[in-house]
Amino acid sequence: MIPTKFAYEAPTSVEDALRLLGEAGDEGKILAGGMSLIPVLKLRLAGPEVLIDLGKIEDLRGIREDGDALVIGAMTPHHVVAHDPLVEQHAGLIAAASKTVADPQVRHRGTFGGGLVHADPAGDLPAPALAMGAEFVVAGPGGTRTVPASEFFVDLFTTAVGEDEILTHVRIPKHTGWGSSYKKFTRVAQQWSIVAVAATVRVENGTIAEAQIGLTNMGSTPIRPAAVEQALVGVSLDEAAVAAATASVAEGTTPPSDTNGDADYRRHLAGVLTKRAVLTAAGA
Amino acid sequence: MANTPISVTVDQVTYEDDVEPRTLLVQYLREQLGKTGTLIGCDTTNCGACTVHLDGQSVKSCTMFAVQADGHDVTTIEGLAQDGDLHPMQQAFHEKHALQCGFCTPGMIMQSIALLQENPNPTEQEVREGLEGNLCRCTGYQNIVAAVQAAAGAGSAAGTQSEEGAA
Amino acid sequence: MTVTEIGSARLRKEDQRLITGRTRYTDNMTLPGMLHIACVRSPFAHATITAIDVSEAKASPGVVSVLTGRDLADEQGSLPCAWPITEDQKAPPHPAVAVDHVAFAGEIVAVVVARTAAQARDAVELVDVDYDELPVVLGLEHALTDEVLAHPSLGTNKSATWVFDSAEAGTGTDVDQALAGSDVVVERTYTQQRLIPAFMEPRSTLVDPTGDQIVMWSATQVPHILRLMLAMTLGIPEGKVRVIAPDVGGGFGGKLQVTPEEVVTLLAARRIGKPVKLTETRSESLMAAHHGRAQLQRLKIGATKDGIVTGLSVDLLADMGAYLGLVTPGVPVLGAFMFNSIYKFPAYRFSTTNLFTNKTWTDAYRGAGRPEATFGIERLMDDLAAELGMDPLELREKNWIKHEEFPFTTVAGLEYDTGNYEAATAKALELFGYDELRAEQKQRRDAGDRVQLGIGISTFTEMCGLAPSRVLGSLNYGAGGWEHATVRMLPTGSVEVVTGASAHGQGHETAFSQIVADRLGIPFDNIEVLHGDTASSHKGLDTYGSRSLVVGGMAIVAAADKVIEKAKAVAAHMMEANPDDVEFAAGNFTVKGTDASVNIAETALAVFAAHDLPDGMEPSLDSDATFDPENFNYPHGTHLAAMEVDTETGEVTLRKYVCVDDIGNVVNPLIVEGQIHGGLVQGIAQALFEEAVHDDAGTLVSGSFVDYLVPSAADLPSFITDRTETPATTNALGVKGVGEAGTIASTPAIVNGVIDAVRHLGVEDILMPCSPHRVWTAINNAGKGGLAAKGGGAEAAVPETTSPEQAASGSNSSGSLPTGDVQ
Repeated sequence: MIPTKFAYEAPTSVEDALRLLGEAGDEGKILAGGMSLIPVLKLRLAGPEVLIDLGKIEDLRGIREDGDALVIGAMTPHHVVAHDPLVEQHAGLIAAASKTVADPQVRHRGTFGGGLVHADPAGDLPAPALAMGAEFVVAGPGGTRTVPASEFFVDLFTTAVGEDEILTHVRIPKHTGWGSSYKKFTRVAQQWSIVAVAATVRVENGTIAEAQIGLTNMGSTPIRPAAVEQALVGVSLDEAAVAAATASVAEGTTPPSDTNGDADYRRHLAGVLTKRAVLTAAGA
Repeated sequence: MANTPISVTVDQVTYEDDVEPRTLLVQYLREQLGKTGTLIGCDTTNCGACTVHLDGQSVKSCTMFAVQADGHDVTTIEGLAQDGDLHPMQQAFHEKHALQCGFCTPGMIMQSIALLQENPNPTEQEVREGLEGNLCRCTGYQNIVAAVQAAAGAGSAAGTQSEEGAA
Repeated sequence: MTVTEIGSARLRKEDQRLITGRTRYTDNMTLPGMLHIACVRSPFAHATITAIDVSEAKASPGVVSVLTGRDLADEQGSLPCAWPITEDQKAPPHPAVAVDHVAFAGEIVAVVVARTAAQARDAVELVDVDYDELPVVLGLEHALTDEVLAHPSLGTNKSATWVFDSAEAGTGTDVDQALAGSDVVVERTYTQQRLIPAFMEPRSTLVDPTGDQIVMWSATQVPHILRLMLAMTLGIPEGKVRVIAPDVGGGFGGKLQVTPEEVVTLLAARRIGKPVKLTETRSESLMAAHHGRAQLQRLKIGATKDGIVTGLSVDLLADMGAYLGLVTPGVPVLGAFMFNSIYKFPAYRFSTTNLFTNKTWTDAYRGAGRPEATFGIERLMDDLAAELGMDPLELREKNWIKHEEFPFTTVAGLEYDTGNYEAATAKALELFGYDELRAEQKQRRDAGDRVQLGIGISTFTEMCGLAPSRVLGSLNYGAGGWEHATVRMLPTGSVEVVTGASAHGQGHETAFSQIVADRLGIPFDNIEVLHGDTASSHKGLDTYGSRSLVVGGMAIVAAADKVIEKAKAVAAHMMEANPDDVEFAAGNFTVKGTDASVNIAETALAVFAAHDLPDGMEPSLDSDATFDPENFNYPHGTHLAAMEVDTETGEVTLRKYVCVDDIGNVVNPLIVEGQIHGGLVQGIAQALFEEAVHDDAGTLVSGSFVDYLVPSAADLPSFITDRTETPATTNALGVKGVGEAGTIASTPAIVNGVIDAVRHLGVEDILMPCSPHRVWTAINNAGKGGLAAKGGGAEAAVPETTSPEQAASGSNSSGSLPTGDVQ
């Protein structure tokens, strides 16, 4: 219940944060909302010497439009993302997934960027961000770079954000008029996803015109099943047709096995949930 | 590693203190301020017993450091009753027998108030989902849900009244 | 004034402090100079401790002392087991701090005492323990082989075997003969998974050794038993120990224990001479506070073609874990009297083999032995009904005790005083809409719907109100089952009630006030109930086994009656009347045929003044009473669950739950309903969510609330609860216990409902908790091997049913059932 000792820094600008992070080197750790990090520190599974709290950097909060994209500040709490009218309108999948993160108290405090950089394979934000083709704005000592979603999630709890870098914003391409659904399968409400499927779909004339899908907890990183997305184009909104197009969604995946289910069961669930998510997103 | 000075308002009183950065907000409340009404039931952010309001929003005080509360306003279970009058949610918990051993109760009441602030007229299912981050082992939740619904029915003031008072 | 308090839904007195945060949980308390303990716990389930280096920890900032098992070896004694079920029961010594051998992961191997909790925790990291790992034994069937021993020094994993045989006891006939003569015998192996009580308040103990008397505050259900046991095991004069259970945040049997944490806190405080506190983390609590259930139930039931049960054979393997706690061995024995439940079985045999494993020790958890037994028989009745092609309710009706047959002596030798299973069942069926749901079930089956509907039935009774002392004696329990109370009349006319039943959420202060208010005619608000402190409540046997009202409440009634007797003499004297002519009602003494009247408060003041009392009368109305029940009492009920199973994912949804419980007369319906709700959820959680899971090395995998799935409000519906009232005849209040009822009844109702939803697909059993994965797997496996291959029909779905010949010859054909060794 009591973390190891650390020094605490609360910079008010990204520049200061980067400088402090650089000074701390390997011993520094960024504190965003802390909803995953603080339990880890309490259980002493990690013991950084310096915590750099981004909570006082106002630039990192908020949601705005920028042309064809929404820009979400990394320190924007889940609760704000989940209920933001812009997100609802242009990135419904992000809103839907944000509403399912943990519980209300955690959503008040936990942040969009924190949930992405933590890169827990069972976390709820990576798969939707991947599915929507998000771009990650990362600040480092040499300046700012943008990482596409396809390159952002590297491994378990590992992203493209370097040890001396900070995720500042995420750009989500607008999906105005698309339907969306995040199907999260758990045994109790508070649980991490056993499997979840994120789907956002554009329907034209009663058939699927475009579909973008992300799978949660089906491997060490979120998965975007491109073949299934392709197979869904032109499919009519009936269960059998969607089922046929999505049946292979879990092919080649290597999900974990644990007390909540083995890998085969997770692959089966991924198929069922993909079908259901696509149908819901398509308004069927 | 040096202690960090903080200024935090808790239940309408402002405190200037030096805290060890690793001190959790709940430990600061309980051990330094003697606000033992807020309880610790787990170490993994699951049980919600430690729920308080930070600037009017419910948070789990075991999952933030006291230093992060610097400059903020905290309301605990001990700050709800005003001039000896119970907050309507406290009254509803009493009247609906929404507590047994009482250990989850402070967090449950704080979250219930936050729930009504965000959704003043929730359905039963919305109440249940709004309490998903608070565990109770005694009541089976049925009377807790009834208490929240009763407080909602008693007027939209139930959710907001004391927050204004505490601000 | 009329009698109004008993039966009224009084709001609880206890609530005011609990809803405002003015609580006194143990961890809320601080004493001057108080030190903090943090524990070094074994990461290994089974190991020899070869060396412990504490030098670095001792040098750590703020550390006052580091104590190992070897340091404490001469004074820590062995933690007590009060229930040796057999003369030759085997048990390892159970030191509070392991000396050279650890037998489960989480066992304390050293403690650090420091000025702050953080400093103690920091120094724990610096204690260097060398272990030699030993092989572990985890599963019950593995333990039975003795191939690997949980305690090599014992030479066996078998602690004891305890048998009840109705032929030997004279309460029934021989079960083997009965089964051999049966038309049908169903044999099953069911698993009671290991659970964790998971009270919300982690355990905490604070010991102040600075006075003449050692004072311990502890989050315990049993302050009186704890004081006695501390005195006996540590050799401290009993009068020199005072135990206080202040506000206690739930127990459910999990705080019915004398814990290593309590003992080591006392020893450390006594050594150092300063107050010391130990508060466990949730992770420590889940790992090291005792667990519950954990049985393998090997059952055989015989019946005629018409569904009359001929005999029941029960053969248990019961997981003790690594040690015997306070009542560990007796938990399965409590079940011995309950497998026959509400039924008239002519022949019965029960056997439990208690086995050691390298896991946290088990002990009482809400229901203690009775939920396990009820689950076994209620699952078995459903499977027998399926085998017979009979409605499971009809099978139960054919075999249960009719209301006109009470009192009824069961095949297990208990005398049930009253009951009316017909009435409770009829009411439940009506509230449930049984026929409509059966019709919907058929419709969904016929249509092959993705979501199938099942109806789960559980008709239960239990023995509660622990317990008649002579019965406990006959079972070799180390103490009696009485309860004590004092009623004190204060000069102002208010009353203090002192009870030995120590509350931790049950509402004693309210319910006991209601009883005394009616008995003495004193206003409810003028009554103060004192409990949980051995200094004020010097005598008691505490709270467990649904005993507080039926035993503790009766002691209060008896004490109040003595007060009335004394006050009557005073009132007669004040009214210059013959005591024989004085009557008492609603707080007033009157003289027959006159309008003279004195109320009880006036007698209290007169006695306090003592100016003019009857000759020879001592100036006190205060009275004690100790009540020892003559019999258990037997609440019962009918619980019905409508379960939906998504055959595509295995997801299970509880759609509707109805229960009608008969707990006799009710003192406070609000409190009763709350007990039922909470009990239901714990039972439902066993069926669907909770399990203490260990990996192959014996490490607890479900070691936090991330993985030990205590359900939240979002995971449950509201329940429809109702009652029938058949008063108990064995106590003057006509009451029965209610604390365990919901938990006992709900688990089999839920699982029976899940199975009923998919039995037509060929599923016969699903291990608890019935997780989506397990349900989906069961459906899949049944589809592959069972039903589909055999062309359908209920008959094909029970391949493990043995012929009578096989059963008689003892052949084990548990067949394709996933027996699932308890892990």
